[in-house]
Amino acid sequence: MTDVISSGPLLLEALVVERVLGAALAHGADFAEVFAEDRRSTSAVLDDGRVEELSSGRDRGAGVQVVVGETTGYAHTAELSEEGLLAAAEAASAVAHRGGKGRAVVVEPSEVRRRSEVAVLPESVEKARKIELLLRANESARSSGSAISQVSAAYGDGRRRILVANSDGLLAADDQVRSRFVVSCVAVGDTGMQSGFESAAFTVGFELFDVVDVEDVATTAARRALVKLSARPAPSGEVPLVLARGGGGILFHEACGHGLEADHIEKDASVFVGRVGEQVASPLVTLVDDGTMGPEWGSFAIDDEGHEAKRNVLIENGVLTDYMWDFQRARRRGRLSSGNGRRQSYRHLPMVRMTNTFLVNGGSDPDEMVAQTPRGVYVAKLGGGQVNTATGDFVFGTAEAYLIEDGHVTEPLRDANLIGNGPEVLRRIDAVGNDFAMCGPGTCGKDGQNVPVGTGQPTLRVTAMTIGGTAGG
Amino acid sequence: MPQKPGSAGSGAEAAGELLELATRVASQARHGEQLEVYVSRGTEVDVRAYEGEIEWLSSATSAGVGVRLVTGGRQGFAYAGSLEEAVVAETLAEARDNATFATADEHVGLAEPDGVAPASLDLWDESVLSVPTATKVALALELERRVRGVDHRVRQVAYCDYGDMAFESAVASSTGIAACASRTMCSLSVMAIAGEAADSQTGTGISAGRGVASLDPGRAALDAVERATRLLEATKAKSARLVVVLDPRVTSTLLAIVSSALSGEAVTKGRSFFAGRVGEEVAAGALALVDDPTDARAFGASRYDAEGLACRRNVLIEGGVLRGFVFDSVAARRASTSSTASAVRGGYASTPVAGCRALSLSPGALDARGIMAEVGEGLYVQSVTGVHSGANPVSGDFSVGAEGLMVRGGELAEPVREVTIASTLQKMLQSVLHIGCDVEWLPGLAAGQSVAIGNMALGGA
Repeated sequence: MTDVISSGPLLLEALVVERVLGAALAHGADFAEVFAEDRRSTSAVLDDGRVEELSSGRDRGAGVQVVVGETTGYAHTAELSEEGLLAAAEAASAVAHRGGKGRAVVVEPSEVRRRSEVAVLPESVEKARKIELLLRANESARSSGSAISQVSAAYGDGRRRILVANSDGLLAADDQVRSRFVVSCVAVGDTGMQSGFESAAFTVGFELFDVVDVEDVATTAARRALVKLSARPAPSGEVPLVLARGGGGILFHEACGHGLEADHIEKDASVFVGRVGEQVASPLVTLVDDGTMGPEWGSFAIDDEGHEAKRNVLIENGVLTDYMWDFQRARRRGRLSSGNGRRQSYRHLPMVRMTNTFLVNGGSDPDEMVAQTPRGVYVAKLGGGQVNTATGDFVFGTAEAYLIEDGHVTEPLRDANLIGNGPEVLRRIDAVGNDFAMCGPGTCGKDGQNVPVGTGQPTLRVTAMTIGGTAGG
Repeated sequence: MPQKPGSAGSGAEAAGELLELATRVASQARHGEQLEVYVSRGTEVDVRAYEGEIEWLSSATSAGVGVRLVTGGRQGFAYAGSLEEAVVAETLAEARDNATFATADEHVGLAEPDGVAPASLDLWDESVLSVPTATKVALALELERRVRGVDHRVRQVAYCDYGDMAFESAVASSTGIAACASRTMCSLSVMAIAGEAADSQTGTGISAGRGVASLDPGRAALDAVERATRLLEATKAKSARLVVVLDPRVTSTLLAIVSSALSGEAVTKGRSFFAGRVGEEVAAGALALVDDPTDARAFGASRYDAEGLACRRNVLIEGGVLRGFVFDSVAARRASTSSTASAVRGGYASTPVAGCRALSLSPGALDARGIMAEVGEGLYVQSVTGVHSGANPVSGDFSVGAEGLMVRGGELAEPVREVTIASTLQKMLQSVLHIGCDVEWLPGLAAGQSVAIGNMALGGA
């Protein structure tokens, strides 16, 4: 639900913003933008049985962007005063100007939105309560098994208020609250040491911990470490793959997500260039990028270019329907923003980024899928991944995986990376389950900028991918 | 940002100003408190060239403060992205309040001066601030022109960037630490795309140094083009067990992962497979690994560590035998030893932790060609992917995506893509067959050279 609220004073006054935009356009330019951000965060870590540290941070500032044709000048400042902003506007327009007259800018404030009602602002919660979560998780992880030798737990919250204004007259603001909890365990056994982790993170306030039990997060992390103590090396070579619901969404993020970003497309640096309207995946694949998904980790009310989050269908029944766009590229083509313009902070330029990227539910029974797979690998949880959009080759790592033998999930496997080629893997999806779930939260890195993203999928099967184990070599 | 008078100019002056600020705030420690104040300021210019024009140019100055306060063995931390007096005061107050929530720990405390004098290192090249922006832009444009011009098979440049930074920092504490330092760095990096459609391949080139004059766009262009074009028509190799020869950049990446297991933090908390093995053979006999931030060739070179102690040369592995780990003051207390002045931090917003910053392997006798001639048959690994998800310094599992060229009859042969290489870090260190003489001092925390490692599993068709 999107609530229209008045969340107190905006980071910058409309009149100040108009003057700064005017200054940015003073030497002649096509477009100018002011992005202001005020971020406060808290984190607490427990390790080796001790609360090691509570940490608080504050960072705020603004960046001014000036665009002429396809050239952008950018400067940022930590001074949210009019003087500081005018200096940034001057510096940015020194790069991008075409000489000639500027023009005045008038902005129309949009209704201020917050994506979902935050029931409990983290800043209203006593620090002691946040610390208590860590102690509960530690207790729970350590009592999961005598082989658990080390536990670390981390709590984090952040409140990010932003304001975006541009020379098209837009003025929009958002107030984004995120909370997360991560547990990581080490287990020791005859085969050496193993690690396991689990995380819970959403775009909500402290009420998260009424819904998520930190004990569950802890016992899952511990179980993953313990199971891998008896794990054997993964196979080496091509195998059929079943990805459990909610644990493998990153497959799509890497296999085609980045390849469908407009900057890679426009620069002919993606294997998906010129393929809109074509069959790029199995007909079972419908892929969506959706920034409007309530409390999911990659959600927001407005993107960092000031436009509303959107639900964008990228692939429908295997046919490529659209790319994801940043505002400048969308604007040059006369199309609306797709709500994918994001930036790590006011110190960075916006880029087209994913939000929550997921595969839509199919019709197969997940248990049947496994039963009908004579041999393969069952991946319960994925770690991170990486892609080269120009070649289409991508990797992702397993964080919990098992052999499939004779239609049954059997022996646990040590962690390994899987490698494949995006378009080929998408075509090889031959079963999609009816048990959709969103995955644990992710951080997507691109061009030196990190942003929070969500992923999800129902259980699905890929007929073959290469797994990089050390067995059978 | 336009450069205000007084904030440009010699890095040493500006760092001195920061030290004054840090010292002033650190002196506000109350009875029973230890207080450490870290402040930094940096100016950055970044340019991206595309199709003969500037795609974007960004310039700005950032600053920040990080305050650590310890009282009764409890540590609290707070940071802010500003050096304004009111903000710094608020940050100190937060750190003080935060300390009350930690568990008391006798090992927790700030570093104390240890009488070691810092190496005399000149890491500042004024050209980064004095060279006009137009010159920097011209370098990026020249790099792109060269990449596009050298080989007709290069159809596109994915990115072509110039970047630089001029950075000053200071750390002062109520335990007597007072250190400041300044450094500059600039780089050119480019990715070339060769081939068409499904047979596209990419290669990256990089040139980096302390000052603008050290940049070599010609070399970076040739690297990018060679790497991209020699992978054209690459096919998926068959699964096999073989020897790999790692490109220097890949070796650098591998050393960075191994360094996590050499951190006193990981060792004292039971997260390192090296724990308890000092004095044992952990690697091939020819392998010697040191972390030496006093070596000016290293990009991680520094006079002081993040706690303000003078950096020094730390021998980690010698003759294949594990000699020791790197420690900051807290991990050192846990291990009943002294700090090796190896505290590192990711900027003002994070706290110091034990880590390496300037690793290098002692060079061997052969270059890349010589190593391949010795190896005979194997895989030359040009680049790896998925390192953050496939290399685990706790379990030692190592499984990453790879691309490169087969080695046949001692020479580079057909190109290979979409394969994995796997082993464990422990086995890899013990299976090092050759260490090259072709050391490259690369941005990052480790130098690299060609290295041959045996008995790796190639996962392919």
